[in-house]
Amino acid sequence: MQLTQRSKSVDRSPMTFLESLYLWNIMKGMAITLRHLFKKKATIQYPEEKRPFSPIFRGLHVLNRDAEGRENCTACGLCAVACPAEAITMEAAERLPGEENLYREEKYAAKYEINMLRCIFCGLCEEACPKDAIYLSQTFAPANYGRKGFIYGKNELLIPHPINEREAYLKALGDRTPSARIQNQPNA
Amino acid sequence: MDFAAITLWFLLEKLILIAAIIGLSFFVAMYTTLAERKVAGWMQDRMGPNRAGPFGILQPLADGGKLFFKEEIIPVTSNRILFLLGPALAMIVALVTSTVIPWGAPVVTTTGTIALQVTDVDMGILIVFSVVSVGVYGIMIGGWASNNKFSLLAAIRGASQMVSYELPMSLALIAILFMTGSLKMSEIVLYQINHGWNIVYQPLGFLLFFICALAECNRTPFDLPEAENELNFGYHQEYSSMKLGFYLFAEYINMFVSSAVMATLFLGGYDIPFVNEAAWGLSPWVYSLLSFGVLMAKVSFLLFVFIWIRWTIPRFRYDQLMNLGWKKMIPLALFNMLLSAAILLWLKS
Repeated sequence: MQLTQRSKSVDRSPMTFLESLYLWNIMKGMAITLRHLFKKKATIQYPEEKRPFSPIFRGLHVLNRDAEGRENCTACGLCAVACPAEAITMEAAERLPGEENLYREEKYAAKYEINMLRCIFCGLCEEACPKDAIYLSQTFAPANYGRKGFIYGKNELLIPHPINEREAYLKALGDRTPSARIQNQPNA
Repeated sequence: MDFAAITLWFLLEKLILIAAIIGLSFFVAMYTTLAERKVAGWMQDRMGPNRAGPFGILQPLADGGKLFFKEEIIPVTSNRILFLLGPALAMIVALVTSTVIPWGAPVVTTTGTIALQVTDVDMGILIVFSVVSVGVYGIMIGGWASNNKFSLLAAIRGASQMVSYELPMSLALIAILFMTGSLKMSEIVLYQINHGWNIVYQPLGFLLFFICALAECNRTPFDLPEAENELNFGYHQEYSSMKLGFYLFAEYINMFVSSAVMATLFLGGYDIPFVNEAAWGLSPWVYSLLSFGVLMAKVSFLLFVFIWIRWTIPRFRYDQLMNLGWKKMIPLALFNMLLSAAILLWLKS
């Protein structure tokens, strides 16, 4: 029964002497491999060369600071609640007098950890945050030898100081702060 | 040979030459492994190794270093002496074959002539064939001494394959010898310099010889002795560390030497095509070096074809291998031989 118009009957006649030497077919194959020899390779030399990401790529989290370098996070826990993978843990602490230049509000996150092995990079934490304190950057977690290395604390997550380390801050900020993203939307 | 002619200077010259050729064999074999991986990568739209040094040129050293530091395991059930003899034999035989190949034009100085050839015996090419046929013992002994049924099967395959393909190889060679009238490697090259390359007169012979060389070197599509999928790497399955390295390395040296033999027999050896380089009046050392470079270019091209074929076609099935050898190659080689003989007789009468 013929199901499609594209079916081809297989020639099962015995090979002629020339065919049985395989030479012609081998040469055809060698022409194909030779063409591939000069083709442009799709390889991206990873550590030196990086793949361009789409503008809506969701990568590693960044804990944001305000313009004076104070941490935005108030440890309200909404991100942890929103997280479907339960990757976020935090401990809140009260700001002491004299720490006003470190934390923007009276309460702050003394410990803030994201388990990057649990995280599914959905960005719901970013949506849940009322303080613009967490957002997903355009980098991804580098390889590590142990699982412990994938639990990122404040050391890894916190964005560099905007005044003291201006260049590192701008690099980490990228163009993906929530405000920048709103500006990029065509209907905003 | 006249033994009175052996002087200290003669011994020194030959020793230097032997050391240089062994060094060259190792060097070329090392970089053939890199070329193999590079070409394989390019043909599969990859980059190939490029991390060790610029363009990966240190990769062979890294591979060799790795093999040296690997744990060495000798199976308790193996025959220890033969187990050690196998890779040693494979390596020695691979190196010995290069003795009769003329690596470049002889250096003619005022004090005498230095042949860039370890020995120019009268039966030159026969030496290559007899030594190559000993090469199968490396595989046989290795496979037998491993006391492993896969290795043994692979060794038997290797032996029968080598025997089957040595026949058409020698038959293709005979047609060459009809023309050159000498077994001496240097005279075969000289004949080609004067009369044109043998490949022009013996295209079929070259093709047959090349295919047999693939089989003799256990290269794809004839790498039945080390068929990964059915024999678990075949005769060197039980080998580890540098013993395995010896087997793998001997294979590349074999490739290099057989390329050199083919270049000498069919591609004019160290002859530069289309020009009469002897009339340029170059100083003898420069001329010899140039001719050596030309030979190496031919060898590199043949090595590339070896690699090219390996990454193009899959392995033959065992019955296909035997059918091709006995029912196709030998009749063709006989036909080629008879045809060349008839034509030569007709031309001479």
